Amino acid sequence: MGENGAGKSTFAKILAGVHRPTRGTITLNGKPVDVTSPIAAQKLGITLIHQEPISFPDLSVAENLVLGKADDGWFSRVPWAQMTREAKALMDLLGVKIDVTRPMRGLSIADQQMVEIARALASDSRLIIMDEPTAPLTPREVETLFVIARRLRDEGRTIIFISHRLEEVRALCDRVTIFRDGNKIATEAIANLSDADIIRLMIGRPFKEYMHKARAEIGAVALKVERLSVPGLFQDISFEVRKGEIVGLGGLVGAGRTDVARALFGVAPAASGTLWVDGKTVSINDPSEAIALGLAFVPEDRAVAGIFRTLSVEENITAAVPKQIAPSGFIRRAIERAMANDSVRRLSIRLASLRQPIGELSGGNQQKAILARWLLTDPSVLILDEPTRGIDIGVKAEFYDMIGELAASGRAILLISSELPELLALCDRVLVMSEGRLTADIPRAEATQESIMNAAVPRRVAFEGAAA
Amino acid sequence: MSTLRSILLRRESGIAVMIVLFCLAVGSVKPQFLTLDQLRIILLLTPLIMIGAMGQMLVIVARHVDLSIGSMLGVSAMVSGMLYRYVEVMPWWAGLPISIAVGATLGLGNGLLITLFRLPAIIVTLGTLSLYRGLTFIISNAKQIDRQYIPSELKALSQTSPIFGIPWIIFIAFGVAILTYLFAMHTRVGRQIFALGSNPVAAPLRGIKVTQVTLLVFAISGALSGLAGILYASRWGFVNPSNTGAGFEFQVIAAVVIGGASINGGVGTVLGTVLGVLLLGCVAAALPLLGIPGTSQAAIYGAVILIALVIDRSVRRQGIVGLKRAGA
Repeated sequence: MGENGAGKSTFAKILAGVHRPTRGTITLNGKPVDVTSPIAAQKLGITLIHQEPISFPDLSVAENLVLGKADDGWFSRVPWAQMTREAKALMDLLGVKIDVTRPMRGLSIADQQMVEIARALASDSRLIIMDEPTAPLTPREVETLFVIARRLRDEGRTIIFISHRLEEVRALCDRVTIFRDGNKIATEAIANLSDADIIRLMIGRPFKEYMHKARAEIGAVALKVERLSVPGLFQDISFEVRKGEIVGLGGLVGAGRTDVARALFGVAPAASGTLWVDGKTVSINDPSEAIALGLAFVPEDRAVAGIFRTLSVEENITAAVPKQIAPSGFIRRAIERAMANDSVRRLSIRLASLRQPIGELSGGNQQKAILARWLLTDPSVLILDEPTRGIDIGVKAEFYDMIGELAASGRAILLISSELPELLALCDRVLVMSEGRLTADIPRAEATQESIMNAAVPRRVAFEGAAA
Repeated sequence: MSTLRSILLRRESGIAVMIVLFCLAVGSVKPQFLTLDQLRIILLLTPLIMIGAMGQMLVIVARHVDLSIGSMLGVSAMVSGMLYRYVEVMPWWAGLPISIAVGATLGLGNGLLITLFRLPAIIVTLGTLSLYRGLTFIISNAKQIDRQYIPSELKALSQTSPIFGIPWIIFIAFGVAILTYLFAMHTRVGRQIFALGSNPVAAPLRGIKVTQVTLLVFAISGALSGLAGILYASRWGFVNPSNTGAGFEFQVIAAVVIGGASINGGVGTVLGTVLGVLLLGCVAAALPLLGIPGTSQAAIYGAVILIALVIDRSVRRQGIVGLKRAGA
């Protein structure tokens, strides 16, 4: 177990030969081993099952099972009939009904995981590592997975189960190891630890205190949301953000926070619910409508949804205000240059030239440029999704100052962050989501790492299927 | 019923239906289109494209593309042609292995540029399209190899027949198709080509030697272009530095894509590709018969290919939707 970014997945990938360790030894069955590649891991009997299984979507299930298994000659024949028979046998053994001749494409994630487990059995793996396998599964699928996992255990196989769901770890595991900031913190029999113990071990990092100074005057309600829902992603989300207020949105990855932001900004509009901006009921079905209403959204994945990598820094900065830089339809270079220059100075973006491609800047400066882009639209509501992910500590502090100043100038800010110290340092209130629902609204005075984490960790017993 | 359904939903049946409809439409205007004689004409238009398409299909399945095949065809035909012209002791059949070897070498060159420098295949083969064409001019000093230098036994491959009056060259083309089928579907490396194209990121994690597989695929494409090159000399009885193989890549890639291979890799069948080639052959045979003047044939040929692709895409989209509904 461990928080997001604690190093669980990286560790799992080292065991499975995806990454090489820089030092240290892996001991398997009392013997030191060198896991040089995924194939080497497989030969040693180690299989890693990824959260989103890696597969070849155009190949059949049976082919996916055997690919990379027998590594004999290039031109050796493929025994189709035998392959299909063996694949069927494995599926029967697991007790799942998957047609092994169908292509992998279109299989549910749960079924893809079953194929991966079958692959582990095909190579007779003794150590099976499951990296957050339950995150994309329905409760019933989780129960099926657990039944199979327990059976594999009873056959004498070892299972490493990575999860941040307390209930699941309690239901399945014998011992728990907790990671934090890339270090192993503790290994203990699960029975000896209370939920509170585990949460404390997960978050008890040296707390880097940061306080932004300019605390703003909190004004009228700028954004109000009532019973916002997108089936399958989040339900009944209601909250408000006032002018000058920084409202944090915490929770674990996959809790639905980004989906709420995307719904607010019209990227993937909500199915139901009501929205108010500056006291007026509005409907936002497209980002351009959101921009017109004074909303701005700095998305989480900069590389995918934020920058235009090959365009220049100035083109990136002015991308959201086409009318201002091209009042007559033709781009006025002087205006563009002046606006970009002003932004660069204000946010102290470090660059060689405004004309250089933004992809050449460091992550922090790219992020600043995107923030600059949205500030040019003069938004009244600013939604920031993980704005400091992957940014150096020094630049982070600058960001915190900037966010504080933006609030002080009367903007309403919704800050999505997985970093607890960041939420605690910046926010006037912290909302917490867990599994698509709002589970807490914590005022600044009561917000602690424990109170946020308590609301974030799913407590709902995830397998009604077993009880029935 | 479900068997029939699964056959109908296969990509290949759509192309087959298109071929039948096209032939019936042409036949309703010109009844002589639906004769055995005409079938022979259609088949004779296709063997070179068929051979090239088999290599190209493998390249496209691996999520690459080979634009240089026409130039590789030209160089390999020209090398054999020059040898026939200047080396009197050269036996007639020696052109076959020589052209195949020349083509394989050039294809390997493509593969090396792509894997060593991590360049996109479309750029590399666009470069070698021009480079290899230039080589043809250099080695031939820009002169055509005329009829009298091409051995009559070689030319006979396109004229004499072992059975049913169908010339050897067509049997060679279908032989290549069968070998490609066995290679693609029944060898481990064949499957690795599909895996590589289906998910290039995952391929090395499953122990697939990406570099070697890529080199092999381009070498095969080159070797088959070489075979097509020597058969060009057989079929037409000359090798011209500028015409031989020009535009070959367009016909071949069109046939492969009509045949259902996905330009996104991982998908493609030999049967589909064969049908794609035959559809092109039907169109090429129908145009002069319908009295379409030579000046507009190229434009109409291109338009028909685009129409075939559009029909195929829209039909297929509906087919997939229907399948989902049936499953729900």
